[in-house]
Amino acid sequence: MSTINPTVTGTAPRASGTLTPVPGNTVTRFLSDGWVTTWRNLMKIIRVPEILLFSLIQPIMFVLLFNYVFGAAIDIPGEGYTSFLMAGIFGQTVVFGSTYSGSAMAQDLKDGIIDRFRTLPMNGAAVLVGRTNGDLVINALSMLVMMGTGFLVGWRVTSSPLEFLAAVALLLLFAYAFSWVMAFLGLAVRSPEIINNASFLILFPLTFVSNAFVPSENLPTPLRVFAEWNPVSALVQSARELFGNVPPGTPVGDAWTAQNPIATVLLGIAVMLLIFVPLSIKRFNSLSR
Amino acid sequence: MRTSISPMAFIEARDLVKTYSPKGAPVVRALDGLDLDVPQGTVAALLGPNGAGKTTTVKVLTTLIRPDSGTATIDGVDVLGDPQAVRRMIGASGQYAAVDENLTGFENLMMVGQLYHLGTKVARQRAKELIEQFDLVEAQNRPVKGFSGGMRRRIDLAGALVIKPPVLFLDEPTTGLDPRSRMGMWDVIETLVADGTTVLLTTQYLEEADRLADSISVIDNGRVIAKGTADELKASVGGQRVALTLVNEADGEAVRSILAQHGSGEPVASGGGRTWIVPVADGAPALSAIVAAVAQEGISLHDAGMRRPTLDDVFLQLTGHEAEHSPDETNRDETTEDAA
Repeated sequence: MSTINPTVTGTAPRASGTLTPVPGNTVTRFLSDGWVTTWRNLMKIIRVPEILLFSLIQPIMFVLLFNYVFGAAIDIPGEGYTSFLMAGIFGQTVVFGSTYSGSAMAQDLKDGIIDRFRTLPMNGAAVLVGRTNGDLVINALSMLVMMGTGFLVGWRVTSSPLEFLAAVALLLLFAYAFSWVMAFLGLAVRSPEIINNASFLILFPLTFVSNAFVPSENLPTPLRVFAEWNPVSALVQSARELFGNVPPGTPVGDAWTAQNPIATVLLGIAVMLLIFVPLSIKRFNSLSR
Repeated sequence: MRTSISPMAFIEARDLVKTYSPKGAPVVRALDGLDLDVPQGTVAALLGPNGAGKTTTVKVLTTLIRPDSGTATIDGVDVLGDPQAVRRMIGASGQYAAVDENLTGFENLMMVGQLYHLGTKVARQRAKELIEQFDLVEAQNRPVKGFSGGMRRRIDLAGALVIKPPVLFLDEPTTGLDPRSRMGMWDVIETLVADGTTVLLTTQYLEEADRLADSISVIDNGRVIAKGTADELKASVGGQRVALTLVNEADGEAVRSILAQHGSGEPVASGGGRTWIVPVADGAPALSAIVAAVAQEGISLHDAGMRRPTLDDVFLQLTGHEAEHSPDETNRDETTEDAA
């Protein structure tokens, strides 16, 4: 029991029986820490079922609201509004769902659990990985529920299973990348209340000034340009195409992003990850100021 | 003040400075040249009012905050240079290092063990041991959010003990606890000390420092203003004192001038102005003279007597203000300030 931890350079005799870590390298430690913090966040979903409940009810509500309220007024050629809408709702939901990463991060900071983690010899980045992993699970679950709801209101996937899976993967990947953006904001702002309020300022323009709910070609020019370059538009357009919800002959915008939605969204995901993963980790490690 | 550098110091801090610049407010010097030496296997208490810098000191030593300048080592390991090595040998518990509300007591300890990389098996076994040791067997499978204040502190302290760390930091371990839970925590801490753990604790309770600590550093405005054992500190204030408790607070000024006349130092008020204390050169004669003078003025007293100096007196003398005895609410301020 009284083995001396070889990595500690102290000279004084150790208190009897200090427990020492099992052998491991940076990678195995990182994976283990990442798993433990992911597990912790998943347990929260189980112990506080309201979190999941509300993140499931919201997309159901949106499907029903948009489908029956706007569906009656918006004329989409071909398959009709339901078919057009569903990819938009998916896009909106994963973006909304990812904001939880921000408020949960801020809440953890406020509660002091992050300070507990920071006194432990764990990998700080793993805390962020655990956070974003946990939120990916929430997003995946709400997507399942949404698909069921969509199916009930008449949404149909007309593409191959492979394309269907590609659409789901793209949506979740985007959600994951956006979680890192929000986690960074949570670390920077440190107040769950402010994050909750501020995120709407980001979320509404991002999801509504896009092609998620209405075709963006009819928007006034400044909004149309924004919508064309909005990564959410590319995400939604990609999902729409991969689900087979774009009837042949539907006009496509002239912008490169509209011509190449999948490339655009992959680029967007890459940019978000390349910027916000290192930025969040740096921010986490400099919490000591 | 600067003490000679002890070769045996297990926790050592030199000239720590930490400033904060809150928006629209003057710069706060949370630490202003703080020195600390804690020999191995001893309990040191940082005693001071809110905002004195106690929590900031502990946060520096537990790698949570980087000071603007100064050095700190634990068992010779540089806290700033190799924080991960420090984290492998410390346990921290207190007002800021919390537990996860949604996990059960057992799960919390298990998680901490895994994050110390003890391996699942050892982590599980250690969690079991601690649950028993801290008398949490019945509650171990309930989420912590349902725990009472005392239970929460116990699981928090247990979390700090997962690796049986040679160094333990306890930030206000009993703040906010009822007297019975406080006694319980004191017993637990005393047991730990008997095992040879080096402990640094912060407290606003003089009684707590008196009971638990081998040495006390009195902190005010970010620096150590006095250091010694409880007895040494009391002796430094010197002599006996006469204490009068008034029936009517309004008599305070009259009593103050009588005490100033008969005492050997400045009279000070405590207990919200009802009790006046003055150091005296000769105990009994001074007391009878004072009581006679007070009676002549027609001032009624609840109580009059002689007593040895307490840590309260030390505190009052050193800082010019009274120690706070019900800090539970205001206590949060220091943490928020630190986090700002």
